[in-house]
Amino acid sequence: MALLEVNDLRTHFRTDDGIVKAVDGVSFEVEKGQTLGIVGESGCGKSVTCLTIMGLNATRNTISSGEALFQGKDLLTMPKRRLRQIRGNDIAMIFQDPMTSLNPVHTIGRQLVEAIKLHRDVTSRQARARALELLKAVGIPRAERRFDDYPHQFSGGMRQRVMIAMALLNDPDLLIADEPTTALDVTTQAQILELMNRLQREFGSAIIIITHDLGVVAETADDVVVMYAARIVERAPVSNLFNRPHMPYTWGLLGSLPRLDTDTERLTQIPGQPPSLLNPPRGCRFHPRCPYVMNICREQEPELLPISDDPGHLQACHLDEQTKDREAEKLAAGNMAEAS
Amino acid sequence: MYRYLIRRLFWAGVMFIAVTIVSYIIFFLVPAEPARLICGAQCPPDQVERVRKEVGLDDPVYVQYFRFLGGLMPVDLSPLHLKTPSLGNSYATRQPVNDIIKAAAPVTASLVFGGAILWMLVAVPIGILSALRPRSLLDRAAMVFVLIGISAHPVWIGLILIYFVGYKAGLTPLGGYCDLVNPTTDCGGPVQWASHLILPWITFAILFAALYVRMIRANVLEAMNEDYVRTARAKGAPEWLVMRSHVLRNAMLPVVTMLGMDIGLALGGAVFTETVYGLPGLGKRALEALEGFDLPAVMGIVVFATVCVIIFNLIVDLLYAVIDPRIRLS
Repeated sequence: MALLEVNDLRTHFRTDDGIVKAVDGVSFEVEKGQTLGIVGESGCGKSVTCLTIMGLNATRNTISSGEALFQGKDLLTMPKRRLRQIRGNDIAMIFQDPMTSLNPVHTIGRQLVEAIKLHRDVTSRQARARALELLKAVGIPRAERRFDDYPHQFSGGMRQRVMIAMALLNDPDLLIADEPTTALDVTTQAQILELMNRLQREFGSAIIIITHDLGVVAETADDVVVMYAARIVERAPVSNLFNRPHMPYTWGLLGSLPRLDTDTERLTQIPGQPPSLLNPPRGCRFHPRCPYVMNICREQEPELLPISDDPGHLQACHLDEQTKDREAEKLAAGNMAEAS
Repeated sequence: MYRYLIRRLFWAGVMFIAVTIVSYIIFFLVPAEPARLICGAQCPPDQVERVRKEVGLDDPVYVQYFRFLGGLMPVDLSPLHLKTPSLGNSYATRQPVNDIIKAAAPVTASLVFGGAILWMLVAVPIGILSALRPRSLLDRAAMVFVLIGISAHPVWIGLILIYFVGYKAGLTPLGGYCDLVNPTTDCGGPVQWASHLILPWITFAILFAALYVRMIRANVLEAMNEDYVRTARAKGAPEWLVMRSHVLRNAMLPVVTMLGMDIGLALGGAVFTETVYGLPGLGKRALEALEGFDLPAVMGIVVFATVCVIIFNLIVDLLYAVIDPRIRLS
C-alpha cells in the first residue's frame, strides 16, 4: 500500500464568474520514504492539490471530491477532529513564503513548542529540548540564543529553516513542501534543498515537493508529476522524465531551462498563456499552445496512459510515439547532465 | 528607550506650541470685540477702553501669547519661585480657567471612558462574529447597524433616546449631570451618576461602536487570510486556538492604536452629546466660551485637549512597543 494514494481528486471553487476547476481529476501515489515532485506553471493547480489533501482550503465555496488515502484512510471524508490529529503530526507542510508563514507576534520558540504540544503530551521543558534539537538539525546557529527571538529577527533562509524544523518536530511520515525555495535567493535555495535531502535520509519522511523549477525536481525527486491546467499530463520516474519526456508541454518546460553546455543565447519559451480554469479549452488543454497540434487534439481529450515499453511512465498526448521519441532524444542529450 | 521618550516629548512640545499659536491667530482674526462683551452691551466707550487695558487686550497678539505661555510655566522668573501653571481668568465670569476645566473635565472623562467601555463591549464580539461568518444574517444585521451608527447624528440619537427612554418610558433622567463622589448639588453618588450618564453613554458610543465593528471585522477577516494562520492550521491547531493565539492577537493591534487616539481626542470634549444632554463637560463649555469670545476659556480647553491627545498618543506608542515585538523603541 502506498503511503498516500490520491484518486481522481477534484477541487472546484465557486466564484462570482462561475466555477473554477482548480484541480480536475488528479491521481498519483507517494511511496514511503520517496520524494514526489509536482511541476507546473503558476495556477495549474499544484498548490491547491496539496491544500486539498491537507484540508486547508477555505471551506466556503469549495467543492472537493475524489479520494486522498493516507495509510488507507481517506483524508477528504475523515472527521475534522481526526484530520487535525494527522495535520502537523503525520503530515506536515512547508509553505512558499517564509516571510509571512510565521506569526510575527510570537517567538520562534513558542511557535515550535505549540506545534509539539498540540500532538505530544510533554512538559514545556521536553518540548523546548525537542524544538532546540530540530533547530540545530536544520542549521540555525546558536539555537539556544535564538529560541526566544521573533520571526522578523531572522533572514528569509533562516525562517524557512525554522519552518522545516517546525514541520519535522513530530517525525511526520509525509512532508508537503509547497515551493519551499521560490522566495529565496539562489544560494539559499541550494542550501535548503540540500538540507531537505539530508533530513529525508535522517528522518525517512516521504516528501511531496511542489515547484515550477525542474532543476529543483532533478535535485530532489524520485518521481515527477507534470501538471497543466488542473490535470496531470505526464508522470514518470525522474530519470525517465528527463531522458525521455513524452509530452510537448514537458518539452517546453525542459526547453526553457537555462543550460551551461550549449551556446544558445535565448531560452525557448512556451508561447501563449495558461488557459483560464473557468472555461478550459476543449480537447487537449494544451492544444492552443502546442506546436505539434493535430485535429484530434482540438476534439478529444487525451487520456493519461502508460507508454508501450515503460508502464511506469504515463503521459496524455495524441502524438505518435516515433515523433515523441525523436523530439525527446533532441532534448535528452542536454538534460542528462542536469538529471544526474 | 529614553532617547525615544525625549524625542517624543520634544515633538509634543512643538505640537503644543503650534496648536496654541494657531488658536490665538484664529481668535484675533475674528472681527469681534471681546472687551465690549466683557463689559456688557450698555457699557460706555471709555469704560470698554478701560476693560481692554485691564485685561491686556490692547497689547499686540504676540505679547498676549507670551503672557499666556508665561502663565503656563510652572516657575516665575522675578522673583524666582515655583507656582501652579495658570490658564488665566475667564473674560466672561472672571473665574480662573483652571477651575472651569477642573469642574468640566471629570464630566467629559466620565462620558468618554464609560462610552469607550460600552462601545468596545459591543464592537469586539460583533466584529469578530461578523468576520467569522461573513454574509451571514448576523453579519448583515451588523453591517446595517454600522451604516445607521455612522449616518445618524448624535444630536438626533440623543433627542430620540431622551424622548422615548427618558420622557415616554420614564426610565432615565432627561439630562443633567450628577457627581460621582461628592454630592455637591442636589444629586450625587454612583447610582445617580450612572443613571444620568446611561443615555449619553449610548449616544456617544453608537458612532464609535459602528466604526469599531467595521474595523474589527475587516482586521479579523484580513488576519484570517494570513499565511501564518494557515501555518497554525497545518500544525493541527484547533480552530479556537487558531483564533485566539494567531488571528485575534494580530487583528487587535491596530484597534489598540485607534482606541487610544479616539479616547485622547474625545477627552477634549464631546460637543454634541454633552450639549444635547446638558452635561457641563468640556465640549459644552468650549461651545459657550466660543459664543462669548472668551479667549482664556477657549485656550484653556484647547490646551487641555491638546495635552490629552499628546498623552494618549504617547501611551499608545509605548503600549504598542510592548504588544508588537516588531516595534523596538530605539
